[in-house]
Amino acid sequence: MAPTEQDLIRFVRREARLIDERQFAQWYDLFTDDGFYWVPLTLNQPDGENHTSLMYEDKLLLKLRIERFGNPRSYSLHPEVRCLHVLQRPELEHADPGADGGAGRWLTRTNFVYTETRGDEQLMFAATAWHTLVTVDGALRIRLKRVDLLNCDAALPSIQLFM
Amino acid sequence: MTTTTAQFNAAAGARSAARYRDDPAALRALVRDDQVHRDVYIDQEVFDLEMERLWSNTWVYVGHDSQVPRPGDYVTTQVAAQPVIMVRHGDGAVRVVMNRCAHKGAKVVSDASGHTGSFFRCPYHAWAYDLDGKLRAIPLKSGYEGTRLHECEAGKGLVAVRHVANYRGFVFVRLSAQGPSFDEYFGDSLSSIDNMVERSPEGQLEVAGGVLRYLHNCNWKMFVENLNDTMHPMVAHESSAGTAKKLWQGRPPDEPKPMAIEQFVPFASDYKFFDDMGVRVFANGHSYTGVKFSIHSSYSPIPEYDEAMTRAWGAERARAIVSMARHNTVYYPSLTIKGAIQAIRVARPIGPDRTLIESWTFRLKGAPDKLLQRTLMYSRLINSPMSVVGHDDLHAYRAIQEGLHASGNDWISLHRDFDPAEIGARDLSVKGTSEVSMRNQFRAWSRYMAPAPQEVR
Repeated sequence: MAPTEQDLIRFVRREARLIDERQFAQWYDLFTDDGFYWVPLTLNQPDGENHTSLMYEDKLLLKLRIERFGNPRSYSLHPEVRCLHVLQRPELEHADPGADGGAGRWLTRTNFVYTETRGDEQLMFAATAWHTLVTVDGALRIRLKRVDLLNCDAALPSIQLFM
Repeated sequence: MTTTTAQFNAAAGARSAARYRDDPAALRALVRDDQVHRDVYIDQEVFDLEMERLWSNTWVYVGHDSQVPRPGDYVTTQVAAQPVIMVRHGDGAVRVVMNRCAHKGAKVVSDASGHTGSFFRCPYHAWAYDLDGKLRAIPLKSGYEGTRLHECEAGKGLVAVRHVANYRGFVFVRLSAQGPSFDEYFGDSLSSIDNMVERSPEGQLEVAGGVLRYLHNCNWKMFVENLNDTMHPMVAHESSAGTAKKLWQGRPPDEPKPMAIEQFVPFASDYKFFDDMGVRVFANGHSYTGVKFSIHSSYSPIPEYDEAMTRAWGAERARAIVSMARHNTVYYPSLTIKGAIQAIRVARPIGPDRTLIESWTFRLKGAPDKLLQRTLMYSRLINSPMSVVGHDDLHAYRAIQEGLHASGNDWISLHRDFDPAEIGARDLSVKGTSEVSMRNQFRAWSRYMAPAPQEVR
């Protein structure tokens, strides 16, 4: 059974919430095995291979980050780093339930404000998340989460968690 | 923390008002053979003097000429905390002019890069300038008849930087009229740029893949020193490189390593590895780590590339070029390069506790795309504002910036492997974990900040 628009919206909201609540193992499982998390360096960047990105990571690299979060010697994470996503309602941009032999393919677009804090410092960013979603064994999974940071080409400070 | 630091800085600034400008002896006293005073990192006056002296009297990197291929193409940046434009002139040469309208001082261009046609035009009162800065036209020119405009700077145009050197595409300037020549200043350290250029089968580099701009809330010298600091990777990067190592542990040795693992894991090498790497220092503060080998030495071969190199240079020469895998070369004070992966990082100081670090990558002309993809991955993993390696480095720099406000010890130790015989050496190679590169930087620093009266620069 294909997911409804409501299912897709709920999924996108849950994805952000898992980051905010530091449920990184569950968050990691939301990605397909060939899934990618991508924060391009420029607007309309065609790909993550032939141009630098702020982040372009497969599951191996995402795993590395998550493991590092649990390492007491991750010095930059002290004082504790926290984040919060404030999402606008996700919009369904494209739906193709029959794609890839029934795995389907959906694209959602979600504007959001991302706040990251570390001790007394607080950073805020505006961004748009594009989720390319498919189903694996009937469950929604992320093939690609692309975050278009509004000021992606600005001189940026350390941004440490997932947008 | 932000307020406290600002208060501390204000207090430190007040304490040190004009202590150094007219007192070369006081400036020289900040640098000892094996220690430096904390004011070199935290004092506003010292920073201002660095921009006026060290960063103006030496050769500072502006950009690469492939960023401005056609006449009229320009990029804007900062040299010694001053706004400049690098532009391709109609005669084919790359010029550098101050980004400051001769009239009221507005920056004439604001974009990071662009194409200005055959002249610059100020957006305020439309004063127009040739690409070499010469004043071309002023609206309603009659208003200046009988005035002294043409006897003043304003009548000449944009200030052109007179000392511009384009070394194999790398464009440097020396802002001040006096100072060492380009070749004299860099000497044999230029072999690292040579190596990076020769890694292209066509002997040509081209900026590609964009620029990562990482804002560092620390003094520029902490970044530059760190590039030849081989005692920190196994500590600061244990959580990232060490984790990468663990994630790959237990895999069969013949399983091909993902590029990311290949790039991360050498950071977790032991002290012996970094010691054996070696460090070489040159006069005027330049140096490189990786005299014998480096963290870039064991990347998987890319056969199409090796073939292209052999075709271009012959087997023996190609092998010599590719096996020279220097780690970081510091072109003091502004530029650091990694020839082995055709990437550079540029320090653009903003204030005593604020520095912009730019990471640029190059396409080796005539090489397969895989080489570009490799350097882009490295830059992403190590130099992005979202890099877990960068995060821990910057954490250390920031911790120094704040820690140095503690009283009771005004000095930063640079004692490791100090040997009095190293003083004055113009080309010296020693073991990799020595702090000689930092001492060597500060000796140059001291000379350019407060030359002894008899010293000829």
